[in-house]
Amino acid sequence: MMNFNGSRGHKFAESPILKLRLPAWRSRLMALLILSCFAVLIGRSFYLQVLNNEFLQEKGESRYRRDLEISASRGRIADRNGDVLAVSTPMKSVWAIPADARLTPDQTKELAAILEMNIKELSRKLASDKSFVYLQRQLPPQVGERVAALKLPGIGQDKEYRRFYPSGEMTAHMVGFTGVDDKGLEGVELAYQSQLLGHAGSRSVIKDRRGQIVEDVGSIKPPQDGKDIRLALDSKIQYLAYSQLKQAVTDFKAKAGGAVVIDARTGEILALANWPTYNPNNRETLSGAQLRNRAVTDTFEPGSTLKPFTVAQALESGKVNFDTVINCAPGRMTIGTATISDAHPHGDLTVAQVIQKSSNVGAAKIAATLAPEQMWDMFEAVGFGQISHLGFPGEVSGRLRPWKTWRPIEQATMAYGHGISVSLMQLARAYTVFAREGDMIPLTLTKLDAAPLIAKPVFSQQTVREMRTMLEMAVQEGGTAPKAQIPGYRVAGKTGTAYKLEGGQYVKKYVASFVGFAPVSDPRLIVAVMIDEPGSGQHYGGDVAGPVFANVMSGALRTLGVAPDSTIRADGKVPAMQVAQSAAHSPSVVKEEL
Amino acid sequence: MVRFNVFLLLAAVICALSVVTTQHKARKLFQALEGEQERAKQLDVEYDQLQIELSTWATSPRIEKIAREKLRMYTPEPSHIVTAAAGVPTQ
Repeated sequence: MMNFNGSRGHKFAESPILKLRLPAWRSRLMALLILSCFAVLIGRSFYLQVLNNEFLQEKGESRYRRDLEISASRGRIADRNGDVLAVSTPMKSVWAIPADARLTPDQTKELAAILEMNIKELSRKLASDKSFVYLQRQLPPQVGERVAALKLPGIGQDKEYRRFYPSGEMTAHMVGFTGVDDKGLEGVELAYQSQLLGHAGSRSVIKDRRGQIVEDVGSIKPPQDGKDIRLALDSKIQYLAYSQLKQAVTDFKAKAGGAVVIDARTGEILALANWPTYNPNNRETLSGAQLRNRAVTDTFEPGSTLKPFTVAQALESGKVNFDTVINCAPGRMTIGTATISDAHPHGDLTVAQVIQKSSNVGAAKIAATLAPEQMWDMFEAVGFGQISHLGFPGEVSGRLRPWKTWRPIEQATMAYGHGISVSLMQLARAYTVFAREGDMIPLTLTKLDAAPLIAKPVFSQQTVREMRTMLEMAVQEGGTAPKAQIPGYRVAGKTGTAYKLEGGQYVKKYVASFVGFAPVSDPRLIVAVMIDEPGSGQHYGGDVAGPVFANVMSGALRTLGVAPDSTIRADGKVPAMQVAQSAAHSPSVVKEEL
Repeated sequence: MVRFNVFLLLAAVICALSVVTTQHKARKLFQALEGEQERAKQLDVEYDQLQIELSTWATSPRIEKIAREKLRMYTPEPSHIVTAAAGVPTQ
C-alpha cells in the first residue's frame, strides 16, 4: 500500500507518518495507556509509603534496631537479721550447634577441660545429629567467660538463673524451693511467689556495625526485680531447733519429729524444723516423707498438752478453783462402755495437781462440769479446727467435730486431747493464750515492725496467772517433765504422750510432745516439740520431747538476750525467796506497778 | 551581597561540623554510660555471689564447731551469769 522508499525523497521536517492520516484515537489510546501505567506506579508507591508502611519500616529498622530483654531477678529471702536464706544468681549454659561446631582435637580438649567434661562425652555430644545440644548447664559466669574467650565456631551461651539455699536442709521446709521458670513449689517460695517473682523489662536500641549500642529508641520498659522477703525466722534459733530435733529423733529411734518456736509478743515464727528433711540445693533423691512440712501439714491427737485448755475453761467459768479437790482414785473411770485410765493411779488431786501430774481421770471429771458448747467455743477461740492461713502449701485445719454431735465419752476424751486432732503449729499458737495475758494474736512468717494490734481475748488474766503456776508445777519436781527445766529461767509447760490411731484403732505407738513457754515472769518464747513414734523404750513426752524443749528454749533465750528470772542453787533447786525477788525485779512487774 | 553569602555558607559549614561532633560525643558518652551500667550489673551479681559465699561460711553448724573446738568456748554455768538490771542497784 505504502511506498516509503519511493524514488522521490522528502524533507527532514516532514513526517511521512503524518501523511498517513491515522485515526486520532490511536494516539489517545497510547497516551492513556502510558498515563495509566504511571497511575498504577504512583498508587503502588502511595500504598507502600503511606497506607501500608509498617512492613517496610520494620524491615528497614530490623537492619539496625534491636529489641533487648532486660532480665529481672527473683527476690531474696532473708532471715530477721538479714542472713540470706535463698538468692538467685545468673549462671551460664553452654550449647552447641553440632553442624557448625567443627573443632580440631586440640580445641575439643581445651573445651572439655574448661567444662570439666570427659573428652569422649564431649565429642559424642558434638557428633550428635541433633540441631542443638546443651553441653553443660548452670556454669559459673567465670567459666562462661573462658569458653567465650576460645571463640569456637558453633558454640554459644545462654544466661539462666539458679537459686541457691546457703542454709540448705536446715531451713528447707520453711523456705521451700523453686522449680523451672522461677516457680515456687514449696514453703515460702510458694507462699510468697507473686511478690518474689521479677518481671523482665525491655528496650529498643540501635546497634552499629560492631554490635555496640549507639542509641536508645522508643520507650524503655524498666525491669521489675522481685521483692525481697524478710522472714521472722531467726537463723540461730532455727539451727538450735533443727539440730536438737535431729539429735532427739536419732537418739530415740523415732520416725519423725517437728519443732516450732514462736515469739509470744508478736506471733512471729522464729523457727520451724522438721525431721526428716532434705537439701533444697540437690533434690535428685527426694521422697514424700522428706518433703512433708509436718509441723504444718500433719495432724495428730495431741494428748495431755490439751488439758490446760479444759482446765482453764473450767477456771474461767468458775466451776472449779485452783485448789478444788478432784477425786481421781482409783485411776480409772467408766463412761458408758468406755474406760478412761491414768498411766499412774492417783488419789485426791487438786486442780493444779491434775495438770502437774497429768491425770486423765481428773481432766475428764473437770470437763464434765462444762457444757459441750462451752468447750467447743474455747477450742475454736484458741485456733483448733481452723486453718492458720500462713500461706504454706497443704496447711490443715485439724479435726474438731461440731459440739452437737459430741457424746459424753467424747467430751471426756477431748478434755485430755483424744478425739481431736491438731497440727504442731496450731498447738504452739494455742499456748500463746497462756504466754500472753489471755489473748490470741495471728501468727506470721514475716518479720513485723510492731506487735500486731488485733488481739482476741479468750481467758481472763486471773485464769492465765493460775494456769502459769500450774504449768510451772508440771516442770518442777513432782511434775511430769522435770527434764524440761532450764537453769536460770522459770519455765512452764505441759507434756503430751498420745497413742496413735491406726485404722480407727489405738495402737501401741506414741506421739510424744511438749509445749511450753519461758521465762514465766514475762513470757517471751513458746516452744513446741513433737516426736513421732519414739522407738527406744522411752515414750513419755517429758522424757523424749522435754529435753529438746529445754535445750532449744535455753539457747533461744540466751540468743535473744532475755534476762534470767531465777537463781539456781548448786543442787539445782530454786529457792522460793529468790524466785519472788527476781520476779519483783523483772521489767514486766515494774511496768505493772507503774 | 557576595560577602553575606560567603558568611552564610561558612555558618552552615560550622553548624554541620558541630552537629557531627556533638553526635559523636553523645554516642561516646552513651557508650560510657552503657559500660558503667553493665559494670553495675556485674557488681550486683558479684554481690549476690559474695552473699552466698558469706552465708555458706557463716552457717551455724560451722560457727558452733569452730567456737567449741578451736576457740574452746562453752555455755556459761548459770552460777557464773550476773544479771545487770537497768535502774536497779546491785548489792
